[in-house]
Amino acid sequence: MINLTNLSKTYFGRFGSHEALRDVNLHVERGDVFGIIGQSGAGKSTLVRCINLLERPTEGSVIIDGKDVTAYRGKELSQLRESIGMIFQNFSLFQQRTVLRNVTFPLELRREDKTAAEKRALELLELVGLADKAASYPSQLSGGQQQRVAIARALANNPEIMLCDEATSALDTMTTHAILDLLRDINKELGVTMVVITHSLSVAKQICNKVAVIEGGAIAEVGATDEVFGNPQSDATRRLIAADSGLSVEEFEAARAATSKEA
Amino acid sequence: MEAITSFVDQYGALMAQGTWDTVVMTVLSTAFAYVIGIPLGVLLILTAPGGLHPHRVFNSVLGWLVNIGRSIPFIILIVFMIPMTRAIVGTSLGVAAAIVPLTVAAAPFVARMVEQSLAEIDGGLVEAAQSFGASTWQIIRKVFLVESLPSLIRGLSITFITLFGFVAMAGTVGAGGIGDIAIRYGYQRYQDDVMVVAIVLCIVVVQLAQSLANVIARKIDHRSR
Repeated sequence: MINLTNLSKTYFGRFGSHEALRDVNLHVERGDVFGIIGQSGAGKSTLVRCINLLERPTEGSVIIDGKDVTAYRGKELSQLRESIGMIFQNFSLFQQRTVLRNVTFPLELRREDKTAAEKRALELLELVGLADKAASYPSQLSGGQQQRVAIARALANNPEIMLCDEATSALDTMTTHAILDLLRDINKELGVTMVVITHSLSVAKQICNKVAVIEGGAIAEVGATDEVFGNPQSDATRRLIAADSGLSVEEFEAARAATSKEA
Repeated sequence: MEAITSFVDQYGALMAQGTWDTVVMTVLSTAFAYVIGIPLGVLLILTAPGGLHPHRVFNSVLGWLVNIGRSIPFIILIVFMIPMTRAIVGTSLGVAAAIVPLTVAAAPFVARMVEQSLAEIDGGLVEAAQSFGASTWQIIRKVFLVESLPSLIRGLSITFITLFGFVAMAGTVGAGGIGDIAIRYGYQRYQDDVMVVAIVLCIVVVQLAQSLANVIARKIDHRSR
């Protein structure tokens, strides 16, 4: 479904260059909930933005459904983006639009009939459990509710792919659970392939069937979620797990060695 | 009481006409200034470093032009523009003639106000719009100008009030209006009563404009505070 091959992204600044992505190769299959996990500055956000070309890779190609889209511009690019929904850490809802008009936004862009768009938006708000908030403004909603609206908006175009950029990082634990449940349902019931960017192990464990660990702009390890976290092969993964449990890498290794001896 | 009646009899029509002329000049030149200033402000934002279409040279040149427009004192601009004003409206006197230099003076000011309002928009919203396939034109219309509306309305009141002051200056070179009356009667003929009433009328107009703008801006502002 999504193939990233030899993807590199270098930013050229006044004081030299910065390699945000280095020779990334990833394959996301249809129906996957694919996690990309790494610490701040690892390049996760840049990577996910290469998929809908909000960032242009310096090298390599982005292949979606067998088509090389790397060089898409103008109308082609707009059409590609319509088939890829996206949600954000800070929700990015339009403050001056009601909830309903936030959800119709992607449909307005395609000049869809207003009545049809509103009907579709109400269905989606029903799906995310916020039909009663259609006339409210985002500032009147809680964080979790705002992210639900953002999810409804991302689904407006019936996308085959949904990109989630730290979608639960601004939410508390309970709300995070609820949002992750919703995303899993959308994956299962609507068959939307998901790419989930996160720095949180628990988020990845909860909804991802596969994960890629990214560090310093390069993929350190890819595999089924249980395998990667149950039997980490790379130092990057070990560092991530150790950091998550509040241990140093040495302590983590020692603890792991101890448990495997007992077993 | 008698004094008031006789003042109204003598100057009422004159001052009403003057106030009306001033308001007309201010409203029309504000409107024309926005017709020119909004596109300029949008262009400044689009071509700025990190904007949707960054273009260093275009942005700098436009910035310079806007600054030049803003650096000419208005009273000098009026005189300097007399030949252009004649060419455009056929005369350099009166209400219509005043609107030309007023617009030219205000457009760069409006461009900066609009630029400022648009700069406040969260970059995440632009990115979100892009992620749904929005074109630049759609982002301008549906994100920039909608999300910044409360701020644009507040800027509008500042522009209106600034131009209201400029109109008084235009009055002294033949545009008429309340400023012109204050100078001719109040200053040159030592008629303090006319001067005071003219000042009071100016205060009333400005207060009304500001209050109206505040009410509208508050009503349409749905951002969290």
